[in-house]
Amino acid sequence: MIQRRLIIPPPSRRGLLAAGAATFGGLLLAGCDRLSNAPQFQSLLGSANKATYGAQRILLSGQPLAREFQEKDLSPVFKANGTTLPADPRYQAMAETGFSDWRLQIGGLVARPTSLSLADIRRLPQRTQITRHDCVEGWSAIGKWTGVPLGLILRSVGLAPNARFIVFRCADDLDGSADGSGLYYESLDLIDAFHPQTILAHSMNDQPLAIAHGAPLRLRVERQLGYKNAKYLMQIEVVDRFDRIAGGKGGYWEDRGYEWFAGI
Amino acid sequence: MNESLAGEVRVAARRKSAPSGEVIYRHRLVTRVTHWINLLCFAVLLLSGLQILNAHPALYWGQYGADDDRAVIEFSAYADDNGDVAGGLTRIGPLTLKTTGVLGASRDSDGALVARGAPAWATLPSYQDLATGRRWHFFFAWLFVLNGLVYVIAGLVTRHFKRDLLPTPAELAPRHLLRDIWDHARLRLPKGEAARRYNVLQKLAYLGAILLLTTMVLTGLTMSPGVNAAAPVLLDLFGGRQSARTLHFLSANLLVAFVVVHVAMVFVAGPINEIRSMITGRYRLPSNDGSEDRS
Repeated sequence: MIQRRLIIPPPSRRGLLAAGAATFGGLLLAGCDRLSNAPQFQSLLGSANKATYGAQRILLSGQPLAREFQEKDLSPVFKANGTTLPADPRYQAMAETGFSDWRLQIGGLVARPTSLSLADIRRLPQRTQITRHDCVEGWSAIGKWTGVPLGLILRSVGLAPNARFIVFRCADDLDGSADGSGLYYESLDLIDAFHPQTILAHSMNDQPLAIAHGAPLRLRVERQLGYKNAKYLMQIEVVDRFDRIAGGKGGYWEDRGYEWFAGI
Repeated sequence: MNESLAGEVRVAARRKSAPSGEVIYRHRLVTRVTHWINLLCFAVLLLSGLQILNAHPALYWGQYGADDDRAVIEFSAYADDNGDVAGGLTRIGPLTLKTTGVLGASRDSDGALVARGAPAWATLPSYQDLATGRRWHFFFAWLFVLNGLVYVIAGLVTRHFKRDLLPTPAELAPRHLLRDIWDHARLRLPKGEAARRYNVLQKLAYLGAILLLTTMVLTGLTMSPGVNAAAPVLLDLFGGRQSARTLHFLSANLLVAFVVVHVAMVFVAGPINEIRSMITGRYRLPSNDGSEDRS
């Protein structure tokens, strides 16, 4: 029979302290992760965004413009993010003919629903601006955008008295879903919708919008983060509420946890 | 005998006669409460800030900065021949360091090495989730700012800043400063009567922390496109949104360094007495007779 002698060294004080700290740290980490996943705690944390929205609406009540830059400030390469080529064959067919068949549908709570071709949009009064695009991830790129102010189009179709939000529906499905549940969409309040720098851009850096950047038309909303700047616009819908659209949070990324107001 | 020398002698005499271990009321309630709320906010902001950094672990200088632009600081991973993550790199300007396991690449909860700016144990939440990290960050940013406002207003009203934190010209004299630095380097901290008030290094450290915390708020706000439109002067102050993001990161690092020294000094000076003073306000003056009161 083999005798086995187990030699267990007495736990050192330093070792115990380190183990204690690691255990405490681990518990703290696990506790924070659990809190992060609790819906009620999420909504408590999210209440800060209401304060941010309120504070920025006060700060921006004079509708100040986002800073506009010079040609020399343009990013050498403007990073294309999110979808860079919508998979929908109908979109790809339109792209092949230079979007001559594409039309932007404008409806919902408006007096005169309409649809506009790319040529129609180019004939309207234009605005060109060199602005900074800020991704929620942290990076920024400066680009030159030309398009028609959204406010101009909204005024021409006439908003109903109960209109509160503008919803933008897009051609790209970021999830590649079969049922359209991953279709990109976004929404703005009327204050940002009527801001002079909020434009429907068809050109970037003096060229027609590239497919990677949202051809034929994308939204530019310069005082909010990149995900509000929806690409591949197909339809504009004026609504009084957006809680019954898709996930109910007012946008593709909003339905996936990001804040609806993206001014920070 | 000139006047300053006379003063020195008087102080020395007072030091000798100071009652050993006298308990004084050192910190007001508002200082203590805001201190601990500030600690909670700092911890959450730091960890959720690293979560946000992980979404794009590269820092730039100027108005713009993205994948194709040269970063000034960058955390990245490199792969082996099979394309698996093999290690992490930290690049600061021209300097590249291998930081596998901590920065650039670290182990996830399954033990696999993954590309990640800051490691799981340093982020909130521990897993990659930018949206939740932002929620934590902005909730505690609001709490931090409100708490800071209470502290600043109280500090002005009670003259805490002027009386306790602003160094006197005599304290800022090079001789005095050098002597304090030399004493601190040998861990000879003021005792008795001299410990009744902050020494000049303490004052400068606390004022430095307040300045860094203010920088955190301002550089943080400079990253907000909404605030940029309302106060474009911030863009000029910090040289652009991406510069502000880099300064936000660097200031946070300096604050971590402050906390490390701050906590170390609490332990050197007597942790129970120091921590008690920040809870109850009561602080026992370290005695002069060499029998250090560590309680």
